[in-house]
Amino acid sequence: MADQPRILFCHCNYARVVPDEVKQGVLDGLCQSGQAFEAVADLCEMSARRDPSLKRLAAGEEPVKIAACYPRAVKWLFGSCQAGLSADRTEVVNMRELSADDATTAVLNDAVEPNLPADGSVAATEGEKKI
Amino acid sequence: MAIADETTLRIVLYEGDGAASLDAVDRVATVTALLEQGYAVTCAGAGAVAPADDSALLVLGRFENGQAPEAVDANGAVTVAFRDITGLNAEAVTALVEAERESTQSAKHGEWKPWFPVIDFDRCTNCMQCLSFCLFDVYGTDDDQQIQVQNNDNCKTNCPACSRVCPEAAIMFPKYKSGPINGDVVSDGDLNREKMKIDISALLGGDVYQMLRDRSQRARSRFSKERSSDKALGERTKCLTKLAAEADIDIPLEVLQSLPSADEIAKKAEVAKAKAKAALDSQSS
Repeated sequence: MADQPRILFCHCNYARVVPDEVKQGVLDGLCQSGQAFEAVADLCEMSARRDPSLKRLAAGEEPVKIAACYPRAVKWLFGSCQAGLSADRTEVVNMRELSADDATTAVLNDAVEPNLPADGSVAATEGEKKI
Repeated sequence: MAIADETTLRIVLYEGDGAASLDAVDRVATVTALLEQGYAVTCAGAGAVAPADDSALLVLGRFENGQAPEAVDANGAVTVAFRDITGLNAEAVTALVEAERESTQSAKHGEWKPWFPVIDFDRCTNCMQCLSFCLFDVYGTDDDQQIQVQNNDNCKTNCPACSRVCPEAAIMFPKYKSGPINGDVVSDGDLNREKMKIDISALLGGDVYQMLRDRSQRARSRFSKERSSDKALGERTKCLTKLAAEADIDIPLEVLQSLPSADEIAKKAEVAKAKAKAALDSQSS
């Protein structure tokens, strides 16, 4: 089971850029699956706050599947908090582009197709926490 | 407590030994309600979850006999609490969680729409155009003169203007409607719009100030006779709206209306340019 991916779901709370039916469909699928998963209200908000939880969510040896938005954005939401995601163990499932069914299938599929751009680099320093 | 020092309350929905499972409908309703209130939830089940950190931990479950176990972190580093949610609907669960959040002084989420620039450092060349451009001190540099987002709460909600002056399309606003600003892949076509970006930069970084000064001067003499501040404001809004529409830069009217006076803009622009120049000079020396 060591290679079974961890699952992280972003609810994108504070904007309507992810269609409601997609994010609710994925969340329904996760809740019905019996799989363990982490769900966060909004990765943007966590990144803006320099939330240390991002480091916890990025840590670990297992591959990670992240249901959120564009891989480039997700990479740097973590990276700007110096919470580097592993480029060869992270797949971002883009709920802005996929249907609910396709996104759910991609998240629950154990095969990980890494799709972060470039390497797992992070910002040289964190910005100040102001929020 | 300063927000910077606040920890995040981590909620675990526990359905393992010693606790009853929630049916899928209740699980969806509970997790959705908690997420909508801004909380992060770990749903324990088959497979791994993220490792622990020092965040306070609240474990929710339908525990046997309605009795939540008591436990403490043996190392004393983490505050752990167990709460029984037998018979509680999603609304009651969120109320219970909110009370716990307050008692642990954990961060309260959702009080600010997270609109701020995210820099793609794979693309950024540290050219400082964003720092020169932004009038609201969102950008700064670290000790190594690397550009960084320092004051993201200064950013004007729904305004993506700085991303449009970036020659490398390295500035993202993940909640923006379209690419590449929303984080979508950057195409050659996006980069070929560099000329337009520079024109916009000139427009908002230089010409617009002169235009505003000229208009302000003309308006001042006219309005000094009419003594109508409403008319002056209307004129200024009209001017800015026209400029923004001509440049197709999608800056919200509220942002344009909240811009400082033309003189203040000129001063701020000078300060920002000086900061950028100092950073660039430091890099090259």
